[in-house]
Amino acid sequence: MSTPHRLWRYASPAHFLPLSGRLLPPLWALAALGLAAGLALGLFIAPTDAQQGEAYRILYLHVPAAWIAMVCYGAMAFWALWGLAWRTRLAFVLMRALAPTGALFAVLTLVTGALWGRPTWGTWWVWDARLTSALLLALLYLGFIALTSAVDSPDDPRRGDHAGALLALIGALNLPVLYFSVSWWNTLHQGASVSPRGSAIAPEMLWGLLLSTAGFWAYAAAAVLTRSRRLLQLRVESEAHWPRALGSAA
Amino acid sequence: MPAPLQAAAALLRREWVGLLRQPADWLTPLAFVVSVVALFPLGLGPARLRELAPGLLWIVALLASLLSLPRLFAADLADGSLDQWWLSPLPRPLAVALKLAVHWGWTGLPLVLLAPLLALAFGVADAGPLALSLLLGTPALTLLGGLGAALVLHARAGAGLLALLLLPLQVPVLVFGSTAAQGGSQAGTALLLLGAWLAVLLALAPWGTAATLSLMLD
Repeated sequence: MSTPHRLWRYASPAHFLPLSGRLLPPLWALAALGLAAGLALGLFIAPTDAQQGEAYRILYLHVPAAWIAMVCYGAMAFWALWGLAWRTRLAFVLMRALAPTGALFAVLTLVTGALWGRPTWGTWWVWDARLTSALLLALLYLGFIALTSAVDSPDDPRRGDHAGALLALIGALNLPVLYFSVSWWNTLHQGASVSPRGSAIAPEMLWGLLLSTAGFWAYAAAAVLTRSRRLLQLRVESEAHWPRALGSAA
Repeated sequence: MPAPLQAAAALLRREWVGLLRQPADWLTPLAFVVSVVALFPLGLGPARLRELAPGLLWIVALLASLLSLPRLFAADLADGSLDQWWLSPLPRPLAVALKLAVHWGWTGLPLVLLAPLLALAFGVADAGPLALSLLLGTPALTLLGGLGAALVLHARAGAGLLALLLLPLQVPVLVFGSTAAQGGSQAGTALLLLGAWLAVLLALAPWGTAATLSLMLD
């Protein structure tokens, strides 16, 4: 049997815990710096939008949050498939650790979107395809969290892992159809709705957006890694004391 | 008769007789539909009901489909019969498909027959599109619902959790189904899309449900 690739060893908690421990400080630093720089650039330096005035500045929160909310679901489904295929404990832990962060950003997307919609569209909410599918995405996250916590028993997380993984996969397979049906429904029920942005983007705006996005991504990665370390430690504590022996227990 | 066929016949007969002898299992969702339908004129006023009727009836059908699902596999697990058909010579996806078919026959089909009558009560002149859309849509609801029922087999929270899981996933069925039920120029497209989604679910859901059950049982 050939030697497995070096990366595979990080599927083992004994290697994952030190690695994530080394990654966390730079990630938190990047999150703080990226957010501070991006929001400073976006909120204070970037020019006022010609059409939307100052209200557009919530974009520096709204757009990264929406990206992360969508990508987290994909990542959840990826680890769900990985876990079901190879039965590595870490995959399920990462899958579960992604869900609260994804749900947080999905809700943040909805809230910032409503706050943005009020001054620019004149309404908190419209039943637009994108808004509706963002709401459904938030509900999918909540369903995932509710299911895993309702199936879990304290001593054995495997049932919750499996139920959650299957739901994440079903959701991921369903999402394209769901998105198609909602946008089809939308074009059917109402004409072209207000487009959130019209003008080309100024360089300060672009940089502000890129930096705050990088900051949010670093925050999301750091939060997911921190949460998965906690989950992993909870799981292995009953079986072994080696995370403590490695000095990686927080 | 070969063993799998014998097992299939036994399972079919058991499911059929079980539902026949427990009329509450399938009459309750129907009574639920009728009582919710009676609330619409009271809550919304009788004026706009004619145009809203297809969408409202579709939403009620979607909610009613949730009612009987929690017991679909949980009752079998509780009395041990799940292990019996699980270990029978019948292929498991086929056993699941048979169970779902009988379940649809007692919960979905009565709804398909009842809905046009309720639509008439709302003043809808031609209830044909509604009945046709429900005929294609309720099996899709049952197939995805079976997956949900298998997922919550060991969950502590019952029906509320199932609703939270399934309602977002059932959105395509609702969108295609209610559009098809409205009649009009888009109804044909919606009906085709509904049929396509049903075909996808028919092909995948029994296998998915059997795989889910096997993960949940070990």
